[in-house]
Amino acid sequence: MPLINVARTSIRLIANKPFVSARFFPKKSFSVSATTKSDKLFVHRDTPENNPSFPFEFTTDNLKRAQEIIKRYPPQYKKAAVIPLLDLGQRQLGWTSLSVMNSVAKLLEIPPMRVYEVATFYTMFNREPVGKYFLQLCTTTPCQLCGSMEILKTIEDHLKIKVGETTSDKLFTLVEVECAGACVNAPVLAINDDYYEDLTPESTIKLLDSFKSGKIPKPGPTSGRLTCEPKSGFTTLTSEPTGPGFGVRDDL
Amino acid sequence: MLRKYFLNQSTFRAIRRSIFKGKANFATVQNPKPSRTYGNLKDEDRIFTNLYSRHDFRLKGALKRGDWYKTKEIILKGHEWIIQEIKTSGLRGRGGAGFPSGLKWSFMNKPSDGRPKYLVVNADEGEPGTCKDREIMRGDPHKLIEGCLVAGRAMNANAAYIYIRGEFYNEASNVQEAINEAYAAGLIGKNSCGSGYDFDVYIHRGAGAYICGEETALIESLEGKQGKPRLKPPFPADVGLFGCPTTVANVETVAVAPTICRRGGPWFAGFGREKNSGTKLFCISGHVNNPCTVEEEMSIPLKELIERHCGGVRGGWDNLLAIIPGGSSVPVIPKHICDDVLMDFDALRDVQSGLGTAAVIVMDKSTDIVQAISRLSDFYKHESCGQCTPCREGTKWLMGVMSRFQRGYAVPREIDMVEELTKQIEGHTICALGDAAAWPVQGLIRHFRPELEARMKLYASTHGEKELSKFSSAAPGLDRYTLSMV
Repeated sequence: MPLINVARTSIRLIANKPFVSARFFPKKSFSVSATTKSDKLFVHRDTPENNPSFPFEFTTDNLKRAQEIIKRYPPQYKKAAVIPLLDLGQRQLGWTSLSVMNSVAKLLEIPPMRVYEVATFYTMFNREPVGKYFLQLCTTTPCQLCGSMEILKTIEDHLKIKVGETTSDKLFTLVEVECAGACVNAPVLAINDDYYEDLTPESTIKLLDSFKSGKIPKPGPTSGRLTCEPKSGFTTLTSEPTGPGFGVRDDL
Repeated sequence: MLRKYFLNQSTFRAIRRSIFKGKANFATVQNPKPSRTYGNLKDEDRIFTNLYSRHDFRLKGALKRGDWYKTKEIILKGHEWIIQEIKTSGLRGRGGAGFPSGLKWSFMNKPSDGRPKYLVVNADEGEPGTCKDREIMRGDPHKLIEGCLVAGRAMNANAAYIYIRGEFYNEASNVQEAINEAYAAGLIGKNSCGSGYDFDVYIHRGAGAYICGEETALIESLEGKQGKPRLKPPFPADVGLFGCPTTVANVETVAVAPTICRRGGPWFAGFGREKNSGTKLFCISGHVNNPCTVEEEMSIPLKELIERHCGGVRGGWDNLLAIIPGGSSVPVIPKHICDDVLMDFDALRDVQSGLGTAAVIVMDKSTDIVQAISRLSDFYKHESCGQCTPCREGTKWLMGVMSRFQRGYAVPREIDMVEELTKQIEGHTICALGDAAAWPVQGLIRHFRPELEARMKLYASTHGEKELSKFSSAAPGLDRYTLSMV
């Protein structure tokens, strides 16, 4: 027992000596956690073009559409329409401002916070103004394997913008998105609602130039195929589809 | 006593490792040798005859291709008959988990307590590599709507909601047009097809969140909230959409139901191996000569699928490095496994991967495999909903460490640390996104550890050991402290 006490005392003595403790147990320097590098800001700051007094009302046409949408859900669950209505508002204004969210809340008779929650969660609601043509380039693995980083560089060089920026003429905004769901046609660039697929650097430049000149090219693959068939020709579905009643069981 | 306990534990672990490495687990029996080679499906046995949108997707074209044929008779047969047909067919859910559909649908037929019932169709296709539902919605929307009616009848549902991902605007328009036509023709709505059964179909467009493909997150999103998965139980079949019994099913599962009922369960069960029957849409992307989506028989050998329909791997089969066989969430398999593996649920599970959504991502020898998997870690970090701590924090860590692995800026000890990290995410979250984030990294470590180590060695030799040792704790920021402790 006394031996243990001696040992304890000596440890305490050593530890209390400032010289030793600084040498063996340096104090942790003051540090803060790293800022979250999210692609979107989750707080709202009033700006001249985005503040609660900025006017926004649904047009009569859109109000009629909104009523149609609300009718799809049970009357006591009107709230379910919040995503389609935010989408409608975004289509009318071009982006989802605070006033759009507030007017959706008013229309659905729910607290505005419930709408803010939804608008910040989903990536398709642009809470800042975007250009006329919203370029969404997929860079997830299947597209990356087929050269989407090259397409990204082509777009950046051609339009002289970086990811997240808008051109000075307010025509193009470029963002990177996660899987667009057209991996067989990689690389894929979604411009507003349309998919442009099978891109190469050359066809991307051609595409952007025709948008610049005000012509909207036909959506779909730029490689000459129509949808997701093999580009060397059909390996399946070469015969006419079978008609009604083919192979149907007898007891039906 | 204590020592004996530890000894037993470690012996047990060693035995378990040696016996079950790479083999099926307790609950399964060894699969019998396939009785024939699968694949080379005939055109007349393909269900999605307008996969490539070469024909009219509207009602007129759909009727010509045999949709809506004798639907009334199928509805009048009643729910037990339909469910029995689906059970006979052996159809397993096409959304990734592969749960037997007939069984799942039968959960809905408990005695009614007056609440309405819903069928929710999951068209929130977002799994990297997967693009099959898009083609169904573009080319064969009437198959989907007829499927809603048949599956809805099987569970006596009052309405179906089709949840389509927001980016698929044109696809949603096609489906909406088809719904309008079907209402106008009296095929759905009041007294559907003249059968006396009332059934509504609605579309709901999402707004860009991968997590909404999880069934309870999808229900939350449909209710107009953030797409954060719910704890189960209660399962959706008891308390689902709007507090009512609900079943969530994938587009492909629903769309094949009418054809199965028309041609009979045994017809469908005749394709593929036992317990993995049917036909399936495969999406082959990445480094193949002709990437495409194609309907083939289940259990087709992976090599044949690629050679027959995609013109082979770029630069020949020997140029193959690895394949992700079922969408981003399943572990990668290297070439020597790809040589003879069959494309079905059980065969891929036995090689410690999975069929998932049958989205085959092919990578040839020019691929930076670490970068490919690291990009997937970025994806899961971006798409984690932030509800469960292991997933929210773990995906962030995985992303950080994987990006260092990509450069080789790490020490070999960290490979085991990352593997342990993935084990701590896996199974400790509400939904399967945590597992999905962990598995690709586990697959990489399982099959490409030498590649990772070589990269680290190269980095150390070019940059010097000293700089590298700063990060040996895998906890950047604590380096000085840790170093002084050593």
